[in-house]
Amino acid sequence: MEIDPFIFRLSIFVLSIFIGYYVVWSVTPSLHTPLMSVTNAISSVIIVGAIIAALAGSEENILESSNIFGFLAILLAAVNIFGGFLVTQRMLQMYKKKKK
Amino acid sequence: MSANLSALFYLISGILFILALRGLSSPETSRQGNYFGIAGMAIAIIVTFLSVSNFGTGFIYVIIFLIIGGAVGAFIAFRIPMTAMPELVAGFHSLVGLAAVFVAISAFLKPEAFNLGIVGNIKLASLIEMSLGAAIGAITFSGSIIAFLKLRGIMSGAPITFKAQHLINLILGLTIIFLIYYLCRSQSPNIFWSIVIISFLLGVLIIIPIGGADMPVVISMLNSYSGWAAAGIGFTLENTALIITGALVGSSGAILSYIMCKGMNRSFFNVILGGWGATDQSKGTESKEQKPVKNGNADDAAFLMKNASSVIIVPGYGMAVAQAQHALREMVDALKKNGVKVSYAIHPVAGRMPGHMNVLLAEANVPYDEVFELEEINNDFANCDVAYVIGANDVTNPVAKSDPQSPIFGMPVLDVEKSKSVLFVKRSLSPGYAGIDNDLFYRDNTLMLFADAKKMTEEIVKSL
Repeated sequence: MEIDPFIFRLSIFVLSIFIGYYVVWSVTPSLHTPLMSVTNAISSVIIVGAIIAALAGSEENILESSNIFGFLAILLAAVNIFGGFLVTQRMLQMYKKKKK
Repeated sequence: MSANLSALFYLISGILFILALRGLSSPETSRQGNYFGIAGMAIAIIVTFLSVSNFGTGFIYVIIFLIIGGAVGAFIAFRIPMTAMPELVAGFHSLVGLAAVFVAISAFLKPEAFNLGIVGNIKLASLIEMSLGAAIGAITFSGSIIAFLKLRGIMSGAPITFKAQHLINLILGLTIIFLIYYLCRSQSPNIFWSIVIISFLLGVLIIIPIGGADMPVVISMLNSYSGWAAAGIGFTLENTALIITGALVGSSGAILSYIMCKGMNRSFFNVILGGWGATDQSKGTESKEQKPVKNGNADDAAFLMKNASSVIIVPGYGMAVAQAQHALREMVDALKKNGVKVSYAIHPVAGRMPGHMNVLLAEANVPYDEVFELEEINNDFANCDVAYVIGANDVTNPVAKSDPQSPIFGMPVLDVEKSKSVLFVKRSLSPGYAGIDNDLFYRDNTLMLFADAKKMTEEIVKSL
């Protein structure tokens, strides 16, 4: 019997939870705020779905309601991607070691 | 671009996201980690364009929206003061949630674009995945908006409770599950819209009973939700990058919630169901008999610290509110010139989000190797001459170790009282968020400095 592709995706999902578990425990507590802002930025990879939604259909009916929801999602995700990565960068720049 | 090739690229971007989080294990590698994250995102976006390969008018619109959103995001990122990080993160969570809802709606309206079947006959698994993604996304959105309003002070931080609140939430939650089941049978758009609307409502109701001081847990929890919403959409779109990211973010938020709950010695459910702040306010007044307090001024504090050999600073939310971190750094510089050894002690739940104090101190150019976590530094209080408590309260309360009746009993606290003398900067004797009187105020070795955290610290700098 053939295995449903869903099972493969589920495997990836479950393994990624484990990876996430171990990786996040190794994050130093002093960087927990940048951790939140960077996870926020990467979860905006949902923009991938938004782009597919926005570009679906033919050239004439690019402004159907499903496309419009896609465009709005792109707008929101873009705020998050740029805002999230840049604010993380700004924070990380501030963490300095003692001058010897 | 073939589907197989793009799937491989999505895998690469998923791996880059893992490396981005891995980088955060130390400040030295963290900046590189952030670049990995950016690279992963760029790959995901470019691959999506290539695989859709529709470079007509729509593509131009997409670029325009990307640029507008990106400009707004960049503007916010550069302008936001570090003290406002908690509300910024809450606001960003709400955007991820809403974006997930929009993508789910779009997939429901035009399933053929995503290979999910046709309208009225969407694949069963996809229908479950997209409605779960939409529901969790909607809860994340409205919950984060409430968290944002509370953190920003637009809405009172006090918990809003009413009768049968938890029962109503439970019923709404069960209704959503029932509607998803019904949606699978009927494929009716009205059911889909109902799921989205009820989820928006549930998000609001879940967050309003949680008090201001529990916000670190709320933010972490919403972080986790935004991840699960992304994962739900990832399953719908059969996209590996999204599934991996969703799992990473979901578990990251869950771990942070756990750490925060442990820092308060409360169970997750206890926080979510909104205890504390709401119920214990009466307790503070009960023990209000006048106990003697030693009252000091800036000169006393300066004298004590100048003649100390070691000082530990204990910052809390009050420092953030008063924006006292820069003044504090100046004070420490002055002390160091006098040969005093200074370190900082951070309680896990100090501030309004995980790691909040560390960022503020970093902003004030405090080297991160002078800043210590509770377990690292707690034994040092016994050998320290002065503990300078600025804007923290409950996390220093020795009652948590001695009185089993106290609501904070068992919470890990900083052993400030073990140091030779304690300087406690506070505006008044009022109890902290937990509504509990702090025993520390009345100890013989405590000197209370009644003033705004920033003003007091500045005055101390002057008299040093």
